[in-house]
Amino acid sequence: MSATTDIATPPWLADEPLLIGAHVFTSRLLVGTGKYRDNEETRAALEISGTQCVTVAVRRVNLDGKGPSLLDAIDRSRYVILPNTAGCYDAQSAVRTAQLARDVLETNLVKLEVLGDPKTLLPDPVGTLEATKELVKQGFDVLVYTSDDPRLGVRLEELGAVAVMPAGSPIGSGQGILNPNAIRILLELVRVPVIVDAGVGTASDVAIAMELGAAGVLLNTGIASAREPLRMAAAMRDACSAGRQAFLAGRIPRKLYANASSPADGLIHAAGRPDPA
Amino acid sequence: MLDYGAREGPAPKETMTGCETIGIELNGERRELTRTSVAGLVAQLGLRPEVVAVEVNQTLVPRAERERRELASGDKVEVVTLVGGG
Repeated sequence: MSATTDIATPPWLADEPLLIGAHVFTSRLLVGTGKYRDNEETRAALEISGTQCVTVAVRRVNLDGKGPSLLDAIDRSRYVILPNTAGCYDAQSAVRTAQLARDVLETNLVKLEVLGDPKTLLPDPVGTLEATKELVKQGFDVLVYTSDDPRLGVRLEELGAVAVMPAGSPIGSGQGILNPNAIRILLELVRVPVIVDAGVGTASDVAIAMELGAAGVLLNTGIASAREPLRMAAAMRDACSAGRQAFLAGRIPRKLYANASSPADGLIHAAGRPDPA
Repeated sequence: MLDYGAREGPAPKETMTGCETIGIELNGERRELTRTSVAGLVAQLGLRPEVVAVEVNQTLVPRAERERRELASGDKVEVVTLVGGG
C-alpha cells in the first residue's frame, strides 16, 4: 500500500504485510485520532507515524456549532478508517454503534470495545464475547479489544474475530506492557493477528510489544498527549519498525553469565587472567 | 417495548400551510419540527449527509432509506458522526 518505503527496502529487511480482513498493511502501527489539538495536528501526526490504519469514535453530532468534520482531515485513499465502539458498556450499545459507523464509512471493520466501567476502562469479557458473536453474524470484521487473558483471546478467535487486541495496560495509562508473559502465551494460542492495544506510554513499549511477536500495536494517547506529539509519532514509528525487525531477526537468549565478544585467545598478557572464583 | 406515545409534548397540529408539526427527541433533547423524513431532518439541521448516521428508536436508518423513512411524534432520533478517538 505505501509505496515509497517498500522500494527502498533491501531483501534482508523484507517483511510480510499485516493482513486484516480484506486489508493489507505494510505499517504495523495503528494510530488513534483522539486528543489532538486540532485537525491539522491530527493530520500531521498520522502522516509522520507512517500508519495506514486509524481509529475514530462515533458520537452525537454537535447541533449548534458546525466545525470541519474529522473526515476532512483523514485522506481515505491513504488510511483505512477503523471505527471504534469506545464508551460502550454493554453489547447492545456496541452493536448499535458499529452499525452507525458502518453506515457512515461503508466499512465492515470495527474495533469492538465493550468496557466494564469508566474508571478502569477495562474490557468486560462477557459483553465483549456477546458483541463479537453478534457483529460477526452481521458481517463485520471485528478487531476486538480484550484483556491479556490468553484463553479469552482464543474464544474471541473462535467466534470469528479477525484480530485480537489485548491491552498492554489500561487505556491511556501509559503503563506499557504489564504482563509480557500473558501476551506471549496469547501469541502462541491465537492464529489471527494479535495487536497490542492500549497502555503504550513511550517508544520502548511499542518495541517490547513487537519484539514479543505482536502483529502490530494500536496507540493514541502515547502520541497525542506527548509534549511534542509529532516527534513522538516519529519515535513510535521507528520503535514499531525496530521491534518488528528484532523479532524477525531473533534475539539472543538471556544468560546469567557474560560471554565475551572479543576472542579469549591471543591476548598479549594471557598470564594476567584472574583465577575463576 | 418503547413507549413512543407516552411522552408529553404538543399534539400534532395542522399549521396554516398545512404542514404538520411533530415533537421528537433529538440526541436526547426535545425538539419540534415540521413533519419530515430522516433525510429532511438532516438537511434541516444543516448537516452534511455523508458524514452522519441516523438511528430512530434504537434502529439504524441506513443512508439509502433516509428519504423514505418519515419521522413521527415521539420518535427518539440519534444523529451521530465520527470524531477523534482511539
